[in-house]
Amino acid sequence: MLEVRNVTKYYGDSIGVDGVDFRVGAGEILGLLGPNGAGKTTTMRIITGFLPPTQGTVEVAGHDILEDSLEARRAIGYLPENPPIYPEMSVRGYVEFVADIREVPRARRQARVDNVLERLDLGPVQNRLVGNLSRGYRQRVGLAQALVHDPAVLILDEPTVGLDPKQIIEIRSLIRDLGRDRTVVLSSHILPEVSQVCHTVAIINRGRVVAIDSPEHLAGRLKGAETLKIGVKGEPGAVIAVLEKIPGVAKVTRIDGGSEPASGPVPQAGAYLLESYLGCDVREDLFFNLARAEMPLLELRPMDLSLEQVFLQLTTEEEGVELDG
Amino acid sequence: MGRSLLKVRALMRREAGVYFLSPMAYVFAALFLLLTGYFFSVMIMSSQYIEMRSILHNMVVIFLFVAPVLTMRLMAEERRMGTEELLMTAPLTAFQIVLGKFLAAVVFWVLLLAATAVYPIILQVFGNPEVIPILTGYLGVILAGSTFLALGLFASSLTDNQVIAGVVSFTMLLILWVIGLAGESAGGVTGQVLKNLSFIEHLQDFPKGIIDFSDVLFYLSAIAVFLFLTTRSLERRRWS
Repeated sequence: MLEVRNVTKYYGDSIGVDGVDFRVGAGEILGLLGPNGAGKTTTMRIITGFLPPTQGTVEVAGHDILEDSLEARRAIGYLPENPPIYPEMSVRGYVEFVADIREVPRARRQARVDNVLERLDLGPVQNRLVGNLSRGYRQRVGLAQALVHDPAVLILDEPTVGLDPKQIIEIRSLIRDLGRDRTVVLSSHILPEVSQVCHTVAIINRGRVVAIDSPEHLAGRLKGAETLKIGVKGEPGAVIAVLEKIPGVAKVTRIDGGSEPASGPVPQAGAYLLESYLGCDVREDLFFNLARAEMPLLELRPMDLSLEQVFLQLTTEEEGVELDG
Repeated sequence: MGRSLLKVRALMRREAGVYFLSPMAYVFAALFLLLTGYFFSVMIMSSQYIEMRSILHNMVVIFLFVAPVLTMRLMAEERRMGTEELLMTAPLTAFQIVLGKFLAAVVFWVLLLAATAVYPIILQVFGNPEVIPILTGYLGVILAGSTFLALGLFASSLTDNQVIAGVVSFTMLLILWVIGLAGESAGGVTGQVLKNLSFIEHLQDFPKGIIDFSDVLFYLSAIAVFLFLTTRSLERRRWS
């Protein structure tokens, strides 16, 4: 239903989105997860045709967003980052207006508008001016606007922002409901939201998709492989060289920032993440190899990474942790 | 085609709604009628002529100041409020958006003029004015005013700052209003071209009861040019 192929967007010289590539089928919910400024909104704006990509293509329901823009836009319902409301209109008037520009047939308009107002619990405020509503209501008006034409593809930029906890639960279940027979892409920086609602999570950082998988797999992938957090005293370069020679070690990452000079006179204790291949217990070799190299092992702790930690690692470290198992 | 018209109508009605749901329309109408009423009374009393010629001209001059204020928010506001994103991702072409907004402003202008129909009615009660020059005069005023609105809409599409949009459109309007003066001093072919570009020049014949096809064509093509430029300005934003 939705194919994003190698989309890149430059803003002048700076890069907004870098080679984003994914496809989402009908009945699937994809979550874009990433810190603020990671490129989630830019990605969504490109999908909806609001921004043209510098490179790459987007296909919505079989229509290219640039070549066949009107047809592609017909298939999309879009909730932008800030609900695009007209403060001087009534809730009902606003949703009717969107129904008109979204080509809902006149005969069905009334029923569609009633339907979305009811689904989003906006009935009681339908005659109030949108500008006088609270943030949570405006967000729901924004959702109503995205749903009124019953689109096959829904693009929701931070759909639960500004809602209270009860509403968040309702909107999540609404999105799950909608996702049964539609294609849904939502963005969020809240992990539980993504893991509860989405079938697939794309972790996005600095404009790049650093991992894409089901929430269970993302969390499981790093659990499956052993990860040890160790503290070793010694010159970091030499320590890493020793660690990497240990059979079964997949990857060594220094995690304490490395703020002290690499060639300081006194060897400092450093913390490292040691990933080993599945089924390899490297702890004995680790102990003996470090002992031979006269690098005291100060700490040894097995790590279980939650999705939260995966997310933090992927998005806060320069290199990130390679998720190849 | 029917679908396009329905969408343009929805856009137009929303935009016109902004005028009439806010105090804006009523403030404008009140001030416009106050000023034109003043000119009407003063001119009738001083000249004793039963005609609308100078008052129609005055309406256009007043509208020269009103049009930038009416149009400055049309595009700029959408951009500032983020509702541009709603319009640009809906199955609407840039031209449909532009047309809807332009028509809303024209509707407002025509309704404002409709309120001034009270002046010819007063003339009718107390005298026997010629009807044809009044009707053709109004046609000229509608055309000229619509051209101002198209220009203002274009200025509004250039920025998300309403004040800048207003100042730009007022300056452009004023220049095109008085460009005939430059034409007179330049003389020759250049002078003729400049004179023909002037908004005021093409307004002279309408209140005399004459509909010159070239005058009508001038205003219609000026409207078309500004609507086209506005459309391009919207599309360019998409590609920048």
